Order: sequence, then structure tokens, then C-alpha cells
Amino acid sequence: MRAESIAQLAQALRARRISSAELTQQSLAAAHVHSHLNALITLDETGALAAAKRADAALTQAASSALTGIPFVHKDIFCTNGIRTTCASRMLENFVPPYDAHVVGQLNDALAVSIGKANMDEFAMGSSNENSFFGPVKNPWDTARVPGGSSGGSAAAVAAGIVTFATGTDTGGSIRQPAAFCGITGLKPTYGRVSRFGMIAYASSLDCGGVLARSAADCAQVLAAIAGHDARDATSVDRPVDDCVAALSTSLKGIRIGVAREYFGAGVEDGVAAATQAALRELEKLGATLIDISLPNAALAIPAYYVIAPAEASSNLSRYDGVRYGHRCAGPKSLEDLYTRSRSEGFGSEVQRRILVGTYALSAGYYDAYYLRAQRARRVIANDFTEAFASVDLIAGPTAPTVAFKLGEKSGDPLAMYSADVNTVAVNLAGLPAISLPAGFVPNESDNGLPVGLQLIAPAFAEARLLNAAHQLQLATDWHTRTPPP
Amino acid sequence: MRIDPAIVRRIARLARLSIADGDLARVAGELTRVLDLADQLADAPLAGVEPMAHPQALALSWRDDAVTASDDAGTLLALAPEARGGLYLVPKVIE
Repeated sequence: MRAESIAQLAQALRARRISSAELTQQSLAAAHVHSHLNALITLDETGALAAAKRADAALTQAASSALTGIPFVHKDIFCTNGIRTTCASRMLENFVPPYDAHVVGQLNDALAVSIGKANMDEFAMGSSNENSFFGPVKNPWDTARVPGGSSGGSAAAVAAGIVTFATGTDTGGSIRQPAAFCGITGLKPTYGRVSRFGMIAYASSLDCGGVLARSAADCAQVLAAIAGHDARDATSVDRPVDDCVAALSTSLKGIRIGVAREYFGAGVEDGVAAATQAALRELEKLGATLIDISLPNAALAIPAYYVIAPAEASSNLSRYDGVRYGHRCAGPKSLEDLYTRSRSEGFGSEVQRRILVGTYALSAGYYDAYYLRAQRARRVIANDFTEAFASVDLIAGPTAPTVAFKLGEKSGDPLAMYSADVNTVAVNLAGLPAISLPAGFVPNESDNGLPVGLQLIAPAFAEARLLNAAHQLQLATDWHTRTPPP
Repeated sequence: MRIDPAIVRRIARLARLSIADGDLARVAGELTRVLDLADQLADAPLAGVEPMAHPQALALSWRDDAVTASDDAGTLLALAPEARGGLYLVPKVIE
């Protein structure tokens, strides 16, 4: 498998040691070899080879970027002009968008080579990738286990070495938790840093596009390509993008890292806590000061999230009516029947569950008790971070309470599944940037062990600080260089 | 909050989803558990806290009142399950 960094591949492409066409063919071959993982919904061989040809031409003219010619995959939530975009739903099984998402356009402009669309939980609702209409994704470290979700296909494709990086989205942990489960690095930027234009909506005040890759340095390269203002998304922030690549090499001497005690609470497996603590001691060796902190309202995050996200989802997903695009039932008897049967046939059970919860929370008589109260909780959760960042530069803890669990282990119990997000959802409620990076392994019945993720959280727009700390830790450790069995 | 099958039927109607009669009790049980989770907020001291709808405390952004979209009705209609003569087709609404 390929395990080179983006910088190494870029150098090899420029030195003509390999062409983008060759790299792309290797990626496509790897996608076939690993097809049992079910990481991809759509493989676009023709488009990929054509893009590689354009990249090779640009490389001869020096009209290239750091990502030119490098194969990757898009999470199938990003609209791709002319390429089927399903959101892993029967509702959009045959949807071919007539335009590109902003993130897609940015990576096209960079002449990176998309080889296809990654599997995911339907409409990004899930923490195990078992909610896909196209079947579950398997974890490359242990194919009896889940890759995490909702960006599970993106994470598995990177971990298995099919591609060097993948796009993803994170509404409650959907980049960070699969990155942790698959032993790779996943960056969720600040809300508003990456345009949501063309990114199929789940919960619009939480949804955030980002990247999964093998290292923080690679994430920095991709973030540079996708971040920035886009007038087509009213929440896209018009503010200069920091040079995260240049900031990678800054020393960590004197940096203050708050270790949030709530993130080591009940439900966190001993092995996960121990690996996280060991990674934190490595940061200490690099000059960081560890400070015990508290985020007193952390326990409100899951209840608040599972009101706010379904409420926004019930509104966003009302657009799927069987009229303008998407699934339409056969032989509708009336307009009402058309709406109801198209939606009931098109949406899977978790999506329907969240629509029902959201509809209830927004309905007359219950709005104050659920939606408004959750919004009040959101405020105190966000305030906890603001207060903590008055005395620390970053906040740390385990990304997920457990290592990757077994396929089927939690799929029958929605609440057990929701608890997988206990350490990640607060970040989305507050709109902050965060990263998950490999922090060691917990032994399991296979010889390889299962990866553990360390989460680092930064104040809004401090992606450079986040990536810098993650990169320095990766220079001093080798967890991120480990690869699953072939 | 205890959700019974009648409430499930009512909110399913609002959401334009059909739940089979045989599934109503199961769905009611699942929704009860999710709303019990949400009810954990009931005891939190949140009185007087200003609700937060969005991570950005910004006013809505404005843009110039200029035509930017092209006339792509044909492209969009091509996505429709049923369309004819430049219109979306749905079952008859008025007899």
C-alpha cells in the first residue's frame, strides 16, 4: 500500500519519479483490492484518469499546486457535477447534481484527482457507517468492526491506503470519530471556515466540511485548498485563512493544554484513557504544560445535540418530496400520498427516527420544552469553552470513549450509538475547530491492536495552532505511520 | 416524555412519513427513549440563559442585489422524476 505523505507524493510527481496517471491507476487498483471494505459508493475510473492526464500536463508546465495529481475521494455528501451523489440514501440513489460543491470546485482547481465517492451513514446520521443504503463499511484494522461514522468510507479509504486523503463532514463528530477508529488524522475546521455550498444539509448550524488524511501536515495542505470565503454560503466567514502549513514547525514550548476531566468520565474504556494520557505525556515532553480543567456542562452536550440536530434535520429534509428530484414512489394516488410514500420509501430508519424526533421537538406545545431549552444548553456549553480558553491554548481528551466496536454491536440500540459522540458533539455546538490524531493502540484479539484517537480542540479560527500541535506530536511519535494489515 | 402510538401517528403525519400500524409501538418506545435523553436538560439550571441558535454571533451577510444565476430551468427540470412542458408533474390536487 502507499503510505507517502502529500508532500512526498508532490515531490515525486515534480521529479517525474511517478506520474499522476500511474498514481491514479494504483489508487483505482487498490480500490478494487479493498472492495470488501465497501468504502466507496461510486468509483469514477474514467473521470479520475482524465483528471490525472490534466494534472500531468499541468505538472510539466509548473502550473500546479501542492495537491496536483494526488488521488483522493470525496465523501458522497459533496455534490459533484455529472457524478452521482447519493448521501448514502435510497432517496438520492440516482441523483446526479448539475453543479459542484465549493469544496469540490476548490480541489478541482488544485488539480487533485478524485477517484470516486465514499460511503457514509445516510445523510450523515450515524456513528458507525451501518446506516448506509449501500451497506456498512468495514474497518481496515479488523473487518468485523465498524470504521466509525458518518465519514466511515472516507476514513477506511485513507486507512487502507486506497487514497492519501479524503474529504469529510462533521456535524457531531463525523470526521473525528472515524479518524480515531481507523488510526488516521481528521480535522474539523471552525464553523464557517469551509463553505457548505453544495454540501448536502443535515443540521445546518452544525455541519462542517473538513479532511481526513494520514497526518496533520497532510490535513494542513488540504485545508489550505478548501478553506476561505464563498459568497454562496451566507455563513462562510470572510476572513483571511491563516498559513497552517507554515505554522506546523512552531515549537510547542510554553503551550498550555487543558486536560478536560469530563472527557475521561464514565464510559471511557481504560485502554483508551491510558493511551490518551500517554500521548499527552509526549506533548509534555515537547514543552507543553498540561493543566487539569473542567467543562462543567459537558454532560448536557449529548441531550442538546440530539434535540438540535434532529430539529434542523426535520426542516432540512422536508425538501425531499418526490417532486423536484430524488426518489418518487410508483403510482401516487394523491399529492399527499406522493409525499408520504416517496419519503417513507426513500429514507432509512435512523433518518426517519431523527425526522420524527425533530418534528416533535419543533411542534406546537413542545418547542419551549425541547428546542428552546436545548438552545439554552448550547449557550452554556459554548461558554464553558470560552472560559476554559481564557487560561489554556488547547483542550485535550480522548476523541471517542471506546475503540472501534463490532458491526451490529450497537446498531439495534440508538441511544448506545449516540453515546459514541459523547466527547465530540460539544465542539460542533460551539462551532470550534478540533482534530483527532492517532494516539496508540489498545490490544484486541487480532495481533494489530485497535487505534485510539486523541482529540485536540482550539478556539475559533485557531486551526494553525491545532495542526501545529498535532504535527509536532507526530514528529515525535510514530502511531500515525502504522498501517492496518494488507 | 412518554410517547404513545397516537402521538407517533400525529407527528408522522406532520413529517409526511407513514409508519405501519405494526411498527407504531416500537417507534413510540424508541422516541420515548430519545426524548428521555432530552429530558435530562430539564433539571439543568438554564433559566434566563439566552438561547443560542448558531455558532456565529453575526448579522446576516448582505450581497449586491444583482442577477447571478443563469436560466437553468431545463437543467433542473431534467432532475425531476416527472416533468412536462417546463413544469413539474404531480397528481391532480383540485378535482
